[in-house]
Amino acid sequence: MNAAALQQYLDFAYIVAVILFVLSLKFLSSPTTARMGVLAGEIGAALAVLATLFNPEVVAYRWILIPLIIGAGVGIPLGMVHMTAVPQRTALSHAFGALSAAMIGIAEYYVGTAPVTRFEMGEIALEVIIGSLTFTGSLIAAGKLQEILPQRPIVYRGQNIVSLSILASALGLAVALVVNPANTMLFPIMVLVALIFGVMLVTPIGGADMPTVISLLNSYAGFSAALLGFVLNSKVLVVAGALDGSSGFILSVIMCKAMNRSFTNVMFGAFGQVQAAAAGAKEERVVRSASAEEAAGILAAASKVVIVPGYGMAVAQAQHKVRELYDSLSKKGVDVRFAIHPVAGRMPGHMNVLLAEADIPYDRLIEMDEINGDFPQTDVALIIGANDVTNPAARTDQSSPIFGMPILDVDKAHTVMVIKRSMNPGFAGIDNPLYYLDQTLMLFGDAKQFVGSIVRELSGGH
Amino acid sequence: MPADFISNLYVFILAGFVGFEVIKRVSPLLHTPLMSLTNALDAIVVVAAIIIAGRHETTLTTVLGAIAVAASFSNMVGGFLITDRMLRMFKSPRSKQS
Repeated sequence: MNAAALQQYLDFAYIVAVILFVLSLKFLSSPTTARMGVLAGEIGAALAVLATLFNPEVVAYRWILIPLIIGAGVGIPLGMVHMTAVPQRTALSHAFGALSAAMIGIAEYYVGTAPVTRFEMGEIALEVIIGSLTFTGSLIAAGKLQEILPQRPIVYRGQNIVSLSILASALGLAVALVVNPANTMLFPIMVLVALIFGVMLVTPIGGADMPTVISLLNSYAGFSAALLGFVLNSKVLVVAGALDGSSGFILSVIMCKAMNRSFTNVMFGAFGQVQAAAAGAKEERVVRSASAEEAAGILAAASKVVIVPGYGMAVAQAQHKVRELYDSLSKKGVDVRFAIHPVAGRMPGHMNVLLAEADIPYDRLIEMDEINGDFPQTDVALIIGANDVTNPAARTDQSSPIFGMPILDVDKAHTVMVIKRSMNPGFAGIDNPLYYLDQTLMLFGDAKQFVGSIVRELSGGH
Repeated sequence: MPADFISNLYVFILAGFVGFEVIKRVSPLLHTPLMSLTNALDAIVVVAAIIIAGRHETTLTTVLGAIAVAASFSNMVGGFLITDRMLRMFKSPRSKQS
């Protein structure tokens, strides 16, 4: 077969792969067809990889097969991690994706086939900057999620100015390279500066903002792959990158809306700083607490219960105990549903995955907009490890840093129960007036143990 | 501006619209699997990495290509694997009762 005919077969294989990729995402629209989506994606990816191995340019198979084996050796354990580790795994995979896009862009600059034109230089520089900053930024995000690094925002005076000047220098170096692409000294400096900027970008961001950050990094990783497609004139990369990039972008917009904040506010706002001043005016207020026995009695007498899970449930690994609670209440004829806030947890959809892992049927997991109207008819709202997403100050208190953020209207339920370790304010350090309401009962203790005690009371009492 | 750039731009814009329309319909229930699936699809950069490493032009480009092959292939394998594991856990109410 001659080279031109072979190239046509390869292109055809890539087109089929692209079709399968779009179908893959389309199948994901419903949980019933979603697994077919994975299959479609796998077939498309396998087809594209196999076709590429037949590319006549590929001569050194040793340099491909060994890295493929290493990649599989790293990828399989990362695909088998426990569900609670999914956020950090995801951040790490953004890092790998960006690393690979940056490496190829760098290699493309040094490949000696043709002198790099100014236009190509611009494409490569932009691609490598985005890839590099996404690589280090995602590593920092993964470190925070794994709690190797502190989850609180790390800030200092003049931080934004320092960060922005680092970004400006990376872009300045890119411009200098476009003016003179042959200035090979500048290229590695530009890469280094972009790597540093990635660290500076994510370090000041706190754990509560991780859903937005992880979505933004997802989007950057996708767009760096699409840009790489421009550099290499590879349509399959352009399409896959555009799909990944737009997915990350849509998720970022959803996360930002769910926190009533803008991108710039998340990236440069450093949550947790503003409210230190607002916390000044504090009067003694009374909270009512209850034991597991009392809580079990109230839950057993209820007909409609809504459970509101948050990051605290994930930290305490309480999801299996929560399932036992769900089972035991359901057996008593109590209608139990779960209210899922879009930013509950550390990444989009985090709570759904944990609860699905614990075998709770997905028709019991209800989105915020759908369930909010039902709270006035709800007997008990049980909050497990969630805080800010239930804070009524977001609706009423204009001075609150989360004012305007859409929340779950748990305060409208007849009885509110909150499982919490202590009265310490939540992650963002914002006081929650919900805890001082007349219908609120505080259940102090570890989420897993407390839910376990309620379950025991429920089974022993009858 | 090179002609390739224009045709790639067409593809990029159209794929972006398709992505927007398709992904908009994904239920928030599945946002975590969505992210891991798009991540696995994005790992298709492995094909570019294979070509860079496989061409074996200079030591530098070959090593960079080989790192890229390993990094993106691990995403491809791990991404599909974890997405499928997650989706298997989402049980419909009917299968729960039976």
